[in-house]
Amino acid sequence: MLQLIDLKVSYGGVEALHGLSLEVKPGELVTILGANGAGKSTTLMAISGLVRPKSGSILFKNERLDSLRSHEVVQRGVTQAPEGRRVFGPMTVEENLRLGAFTRLKGIEASLEKVFGLFPRLDERRNQMAGTLSGGEQQMLAIGRALMAEPTLLLLDEPSLGLAPLLVKTIFQAIRDINKSGVTVVLVEQNARAALKLAHRGYVLDVGNLVLEDSSENLLNNPLVIDAYLGAQ
Amino acid sequence: MYDLNFFLQQLSNGLTRGSIYALIALGYTMVYGVMKLINFAHGELFTLGAYFGYTILVTLGLAGSLGPPMAIGLSMIMVLGLVALAGHLLERVAYRPLRHSDRLAAVVSALGASIFLQNAIMLKWGAQYRAFGADLLPNVVFHIRNFNLPLVRLLVFVAAIVVMAILHLFIHRTRLGLAIRASAIDQGAAKLMGIDVRKVIALVFIIGPALGGLAGLLVGLYYGQINYNMGQIYGLKAFTAAIIGGIGNITGAMVGGLLLGLLEAMGEGYVSVAWKDALTFVVLIMILVFRPTGLLPERVAEKL
Ligand SMILES: Nc1ncnc2c1ncn2[C@@H]1O[C@H](COP(=O)(O)OP(=O)(O)O)[C@@H](O)[C@H]1O
Ligand SMILES: [Mg+2]
Repeated sequence: MLQLIDLKVSYGGVEALHGLSLEVKPGELVTILGANGAGKSTTLMAISGLVRPKSGSILFKNERLDSLRSHEVVQRGVTQAPEGRRVFGPMTVEENLRLGAFTRLKGIEASLEKVFGLFPRLDERRNQMAGTLSGGEQQMLAIGRALMAEPTLLLLDEPSLGLAPLLVKTIFQAIRDINKSGVTVVLVEQNARAALKLAHRGYVLDVGNLVLEDSSENLLNNPLVIDAYLGAQ
Repeated sequence: MYDLNFFLQQLSNGLTRGSIYALIALGYTMVYGVMKLINFAHGELFTLGAYFGYTILVTLGLAGSLGPPMAIGLSMIMVLGLVALAGHLLERVAYRPLRHSDRLAAVVSALGASIFLQNAIMLKWGAQYRAFGADLLPNVVFHIRNFNLPLVRLLVFVAAIVVMAILHLFIHRTRLGLAIRASAIDQGAAKLMGIDVRKVIALVFIIGPALGGLAGLLVGLYYGQINYNMGQIYGLKAFTAAIIGGIGNITGAMVGGLLLGLLEAMGEGYVSVAWKDALTFVVLIMILVFRPTGLLPERVAEKL
């Protein structure tokens, strides 16, 4: 469904991705792990069309995304809940969600109900300014907003960042439900253990290079991963 | 001398003048909101509106052939359209090619466009003042007790307020308005929503200039005369109004414009006419020093 082939991205001459190749199959939940600065967000932003790759290609359903503009990528059914949530703070929860459906004209109310079903908390806060929500609620909003376009591929960038363990559990449960409902998910995480418990497969990035790729089970037991990303427990 | 009527006189004059500042300020603030760039040529688009109005009403004599109400209504619509077009061309020529350059390039380009437009207007219409003609509007004055309200004052104020109300509804009630607000808050996030931000930029470069151009026409009607470099002082004042309301904040620009107009009219009436302009810049400097985010509290001041 999604294929990155030898993807290179640089920021003003400094290369952040040195030729990344990966593949995501329909219905999968795939996680991308790696330390800060590994190039995880860059990968997602390249897929979403917010940064242009220097070389390589991004294929989605056999169409090249890398030559499309960001709104065209959304129109193809690829949406993202970005790192840091980036909700529209001075707008209400409902306005944020409606923005998520910007590329659509019909069926918006049904999607709205679906998101409220997934995150009842957002329903309660419907008319509240997004900026006044707690971190966890903002994350729900960011994910809900990305779902409003009814995507086939959902990109999630560190949804657990800065959240209390209980909230992380809620969010991850929701991600599982989203995936079960048929949406393919790419989950970028630093919380490697939780991500691997959720995902079918995982990729590990290290400063712009792919270092590992395996099933979640194998990665959870890989000494290298245990050492570098899971810590002693 | 300083009785209630005098106060009401200054009040109505201040509100009218302020509504003009507000219209112009909206153009600065909308463009800034989305592009984070001051459109230095905005004052000249305002002037252009005044001269388009002059050409339509006086040179072409539309007022004579259609009668004042029809002619003025039509000239407003035409000025909105023509200056919208001019704004769009400006964006295409002076800003869009510099999309990927740094901010300084765009600022220099904006200043260049401003100088170019001002000179073009002078070459086309001349450097002398142009009079709209006293007979353009029937010289009606409403008397409420001892308070005199000239028709033109009412007309200008109502026109400005109606247009701003429409803009407010557009920004807050429509899908495109939502896209403009989102792009002003976070362009990247707006793109992730599937918003074509390039189109949003084009849109604010249509709406903002249209409003500024209309303000130019209203100034012509209100004061009866226009000049090729009037955009400088009006631009600076409207920019001050935008800063008062918090640059990038649409409601703020409206409030800031009205406040500045009132402040000027009161200063003029109760302090000294000579100090009117100086007062504006004292306010600008004070706000930039003490409250650069504008006077509205953040919570009320919903950014755009
Ligand atoms: N907008 C940017 N401008 C310049 N460098 C950037 C930018 N975004 C990311 N980088 C650099 O690219 C590298 C990868 O960053 P990023 O993709 O954010 O990593 P991760 O999401 O894995 O933490 C880092 O070295 C980072 O400093
Ligand atoms: Mg990141």
